[in-house]
Amino acid sequence: MTTVVEKPPRQDAPRERAKPTLRHRLSRWDVKFSPYVYIAPFFVVFGLTGLFPLLYTAYVSLFDWEIGDDDPKFIGLENFVTLFGDAQFWNALVNTISIFLLSSVPQVIIAVLLAALLSLRLRFPASWRVGILLPYSASLVALGIIFANLFGPRYGLVNAMLETFGLDRVEWQANRFASHLAIATMVNWRWTGYNALIVLAAMQALPRDVYEAAVVDGAGAVRRFFSVTLPMLRPTLIFVVITSTIGGLQIFTEPKLFDAMPGSNNGGSQHQFQTLTLYLYQSAFEGFDLGYASAIAWLLFLLIILIALANFLITRRLAATTGLKR
Amino acid sequence: MRHLHKGVSFAIGLAVLGASLAGCGGGSSSSSDSGQIELSIGTFTEFGYEDLITEYEQLHPNIKITHHKTGEGGPYHQNLITKLAAGNGLEDVVAVEEGHFSDIIDKSSKFNDLTEIGPKDVTPDRWLDWKYEAGKDSDGRLIGYGTDIGPLALCYRTDLLQAAGLPSDPEGVKALFATWDSYFAAGAQYVASTGGKAWFDASSQLYNSMVNQLDTGYLDRDDNLTIESNPGIRAAWDRITTAIQGGQSAKLVAFGNEWKTGFQQGSFATTVCPSWMLGVVEENAGPDNAGKWAVTDAFPNGGGNWGGSYLTVPKQSQHPKEAAELAAWLTAPEQQLKAFQARGNFPSQTQALTSPQLLQQTEPYFGDTKIGQLYADQAKKVTRAQYKGPGDGQIQENVTSPALQAVEQGTSPAEAWQQVVDGAKKIVK
Repeated sequence: MTTVVEKPPRQDAPRERAKPTLRHRLSRWDVKFSPYVYIAPFFVVFGLTGLFPLLYTAYVSLFDWEIGDDDPKFIGLENFVTLFGDAQFWNALVNTISIFLLSSVPQVIIAVLLAALLSLRLRFPASWRVGILLPYSASLVALGIIFANLFGPRYGLVNAMLETFGLDRVEWQANRFASHLAIATMVNWRWTGYNALIVLAAMQALPRDVYEAAVVDGAGAVRRFFSVTLPMLRPTLIFVVITSTIGGLQIFTEPKLFDAMPGSNNGGSQHQFQTLTLYLYQSAFEGFDLGYASAIAWLLFLLIILIALANFLITRRLAATTGLKR
Repeated sequence: MRHLHKGVSFAIGLAVLGASLAGCGGGSSSSSDSGQIELSIGTFTEFGYEDLITEYEQLHPNIKITHHKTGEGGPYHQNLITKLAAGNGLEDVVAVEEGHFSDIIDKSSKFNDLTEIGPKDVTPDRWLDWKYEAGKDSDGRLIGYGTDIGPLALCYRTDLLQAAGLPSDPEGVKALFATWDSYFAAGAQYVASTGGKAWFDASSQLYNSMVNQLDTGYLDRDDNLTIESNPGIRAAWDRITTAIQGGQSAKLVAFGNEWKTGFQQGSFATTVCPSWMLGVVEENAGPDNAGKWAVTDAFPNGGGNWGGSYLTVPKQSQHPKEAAELAAWLTAPEQQLKAFQARGNFPSQTQALTSPQLLQQTEPYFGDTKIGQLYADQAKKVTRAQYKGPGDGQIQENVTSPALQAVEQGTSPAEAWQQVVDGAKKIVK
């Protein structure tokens, strides 16, 4: 990927410092400022649709702001205080983290293993690769409905299968852990292949000579995987872990569609699988309590940054300890 | 990757800028130079207004109507509240469902009083008393003209009742469905003689109907929460949870996927049937079960109403007077009868309820029962509308129904009742 471009001789630096002509000046400004103008649209749009809502949400979170209020009351940090004493919030937080762990951890591990398998010599490699991406291309809402049917407590296919094997049926919606497991299955089914492809792409870009050296040194396939492949995949793994953290903590559609009550944001009869985003949505659009919902949104934002940071450090540390030390 | 990102975001940026610039130009101008007036109307699911709107335009050549139709009620009403708050974007005539009407009443200052702007010949006696009363806010301003109603009856499986040794003819069933006591007693008998089969589909359906029959619901006229002080609410709770623990509930969640399967498999013998439910039963139970379901003009402890809508005119409207005229015309008995024939929305107009057209209407799926007559009789049994304060619908959907589901899943009624009290208090702060 490294191409060497020969630098053209500098033309705009004349030996004698003559007074630059207008044409010269324009051309220098062009070089200096045009790039900023070219990328400006992104930042303008980001400012309007990304930064402004973010800051405005922080502003709204300081008010007792019901939708349609003419002059909402400023209450400072009271929404946050209420939130910290709100059992439903903590419940949603634990649910979110539990579903996130149940989905992200197996997902990344399986993705790396899948990628390793896919990088072997296979017949029709493209069709295998496309095959693992197929779940990702299906509509999320359709998947949610199908999986909610599979995990139906009374007429669901999964329970019917458990029974044919002589096992007890599982109350997929009533049991808190079972519901998290079912939702995580949905997430994993959809995202594992996608992550595997990203890891595979990175794997194929790894330099061959390192492997050849490892083979010469007598390293077996397993040793090569753990001592060569994994450490060199570090940047990609960090990327995969962080994107799945962001996605995992914002999980919304899957738990919403998993609820047997259509359109419900309750996340089960006793909020067994109500995630933070579901609670946020319920506060904002069923309770019409925008201030409170904004407070939840900001805590979620901070939480994502915190966990992403922790993940980044852990992944770096993990990969570093087994890294190439010469 | 990084380079690609920049290129893509630049393209997106340009596209968005372009789109937003283009968007600025196209404001909605509601009247054109030729003196023609443009009105818009917003409805959800099926109101049966398509032909009526064409007819109205023919009758009023100076008026052009745009009809915004939305599929689902939930998102429609969320959108409605948001646009109400934003102060623009709403249609001139906006349909509101009964269950969401309390949220609208809470912001009634943003709506026109229809007695002021509406045609003077539209008088309260057009509607059933309670329907008209429920269209007013707490200051007595008329916010909505009533469209349809949902008088309650019970649907039952004749074959299943027969198999359990219970009467299955309309007269015999009427005795079973006379009161809640007789209904649950029959349920206990049904469970015993079928070896534990379920009597009804979902406890929340029955519980909501019971609470709806009380003089005061979850909130009193001053919007105070009555859940702990209202003996009727607690009595209904005790009754239904006893029935759940006696094995009478199929433990399904109404309108959920498994509920639909339950209809196909005949996993329960009775279900609450507001007039609009007949179509739902037919669709879910399917042609295989044709003739097995029946409906009779009896509902425990008298009548009740579930569902129905109102047409409102928000203050945002540029042409409130014309909008009110359109709403008044659409809710006149003749038009509501046509809507009934188009989509089965049961009229709330006294005159429509005695029309032969309505009374002759039969339903083949339910053994050619004269459903028009049946529901007209049920509608007359409803004497007043229960006051619904702000948050009422939320308590029902997000507090009591989930708590009943929890009881069905094995939580003790006492613990679930605490869930109800805590949840309701959180909503009515």
